[in-house]
Amino acid sequence: MSEKPITGEKRAFMTGNEVVAWAALAAGADIMYGYPITPQNEIMHYWTRQIPKYGRKFLQTEDELSAGFTTVGGVLAGLKAFTATAGPGNTLMQEPLSMAEMMRLPVVTVVQQRGGPSTATVIYSQQEVTLTTLGGNGEGMRVVYSPSNHQELFDYTIKSFNTAWKYRFPTFVLGDGYQAKMRESVTLYDPEEKGITFVTPERYVGKPGTPGVDRDPGHYRNTYNTEEELFEVLQQHFADFEKMAPEVIEYSQESVEDADVIIIGHGVVFRGVRDAVKELREEGLKVGYFRPITLRPFPAEQLKALATQGRKLLIAESAQGQLARLVKDAIYGATAEIVPMFRPGVGITTEQIVAKVKEVL
Amino acid sequence: MSVSPQPAMPKSWRVESKPHKFCPGCGHGLVLKCLGEAIDELGIQDRVVFGCDIGCSLLSWDFFNCDSVQTHHGRTTPVMTGIKRANPDLICIAYMGDGGGYAIGIGGIVNAAARNEKVTVLLANNTVYAMTGGQMSPCTMPGQKVETAPYGRDPEATGMPTQGPEMISAITGDGAYVARGTTANMRQLKGYIKKALQTQMEGKGFSFVEALAACPTNWRTNAEKTWAFVEKEMPQYYKVGEKKNPFEEKKEAQQNG
Ligand SMILES: Cc1ncc(C[n+]2csc(CCOP(=O)(O)OP(=O)(O)O)c2C)c(N)n1
Ligand code: SF4
Ligand SMILES: [Mg+2]
Repeated sequence: MSEKPITGEKRAFMTGNEVVAWAALAAGADIMYGYPITPQNEIMHYWTRQIPKYGRKFLQTEDELSAGFTTVGGVLAGLKAFTATAGPGNTLMQEPLSMAEMMRLPVVTVVQQRGGPSTATVIYSQQEVTLTTLGGNGEGMRVVYSPSNHQELFDYTIKSFNTAWKYRFPTFVLGDGYQAKMRESVTLYDPEEKGITFVTPERYVGKPGTPGVDRDPGHYRNTYNTEEELFEVLQQHFADFEKMAPEVIEYSQESVEDADVIIIGHGVVFRGVRDAVKELREEGLKVGYFRPITLRPFPAEQLKALATQGRKLLIAESAQGQLARLVKDAIYGATAEIVPMFRPGVGITTEQIVAKVKEVL
Repeated sequence: MSVSPQPAMPKSWRVESKPHKFCPGCGHGLVLKCLGEAIDELGIQDRVVFGCDIGCSLLSWDFFNCDSVQTHHGRTTPVMTGIKRANPDLICIAYMGDGGGYAIGIGGIVNAAARNEKVTVLLANNTVYAMTGGQMSPCTMPGQKVETAPYGRDPEATGMPTQGPEMISAITGDGAYVARGTTANMRQLKGYIKKALQTQMEGKGFSFVEALAACPTNWRTNAEKTWAFVEKEMPQYYKVGEKKNPFEEKKEAQQNG
């Protein structure tokens, strides 16, 4: 392969989409397959501008079904392949991704959320949490990271390739249109210089040797003849996922020990949550935050430990209760009171969160 | 001499939604002018259901004084087909771009065409995905620089541009009408659209009109270059004319008889 895209550390001021393109380059992604949709377009724009220098590839397909299935194909051929989408494109992407779930294919997908249902809006939204975490038919297993700033967009896009190839579950970076389009400072780096070892991808098809002579042929399937057979396969998936979860789960929390109110937020909304807690603490109010970084697997135990009697969990999200559903599932049986702050498809500011906390304290 | 302050609008246009929302110099407005006049001349305003796709065509969701539905990207043909099957008295028009029609929506068009559905598809070919900011579309010309082919479309890597009407005329049955017009010849384009609608009104078969149209915003061209591209460059690859005409067939049959 040609020269490294990044050497040393590089400070930059760029949009979230540009960050993703650089992260994929830095992570050694070989090929991107994609179909235009706002607000992820610029990932493809930056990718197609840079790749001739670094010997990477790109294919624009005829829609997201095809973008997803070609990405599946790229992975089967043993490349670090990825795609990016949003909104109604994410809906279509669930079909190829359920194939990836069934066959444990390490497809990496960047989702820049937009408003829904259907075409709706293109900038501020966290309305693709349910779709991205639970998308396919059946009960497929997948990893979903929710970064909340450009640095994390860079870090977690790089990480997603390793997670996917190490555990062989499709892996998502769940961004949003606001961060995708906004410029912010970020430090780009070469992951290997930072001590991150790339998990080596592996071919599913096209391995050296003659099948049936030098090696077994790769026979990968997606359908099962009996219920028992499927049951067995799924048990293995569930067990692998459960084993992986503690190694993959990420979250952050602050000022929770004595908190009367714990604010829960993820992704772009976490920016406001963090600042609100700082402000409220300065006023002497007992408020903390809990922020899931992996929405799947969800840091359930960690959150449940905080959901104790007499406490309020204020869930702030730019959706009508999609994060709340994950939270309720995680803390089932706990006695903390849940306070919703749902603003589907619109922004949530620090001031609004501060005001809401004061209202419920 | 009395000069009218405004150029005459087709009667079926909705005055309240004008001026329209397309960029100055956009081809969509011209295509819809031809469509509006065709609707007027055929007197079908009260029976038309206008479906627009997601693409810049979506900006026309309140363009006409006709019942209108803004659908999903690439899905306007099946939505209109569903309406037509449920109520054959309606005149169903699916309006879309070259991306919505020839990429994501091609499955819907091909199968509607193969079934000879009695709907009319009107497709504005501006060689790009305009609404999303100028990416490569199936109709991007060889060598044309676009956002996802920043060094120019390479037919070796991405194939040759889609020839929609040629393809559709090959798969439709008897009675279908297929043509490619251009916004550089409005009278002809209106004639094509009218025949397409008549094909539907008479229940002959599927009708399809592609219209060559400009997108100065994404082409980043001035007025002169925009016009040169539509009038001179596009028709070199996209041949204007009728590809399939059931009315001609009848004439021929009569002559032969
Ligand atoms: C499923 C889905 N994928 C992608 C998009 C994003 N999208 C909106 S418009 C458009 C392209 C429109 O191009 P075209 O159909 O040629 O119409 P134009 O804007 O050029 O008139 C795309 C890709 C979407 N809305 N839905
Ligand atoms: S972007 Fe292009 S196609 Fe869309 S309204 Fe403007 S000129 Fe027309
Ligand atoms: Mg177009």
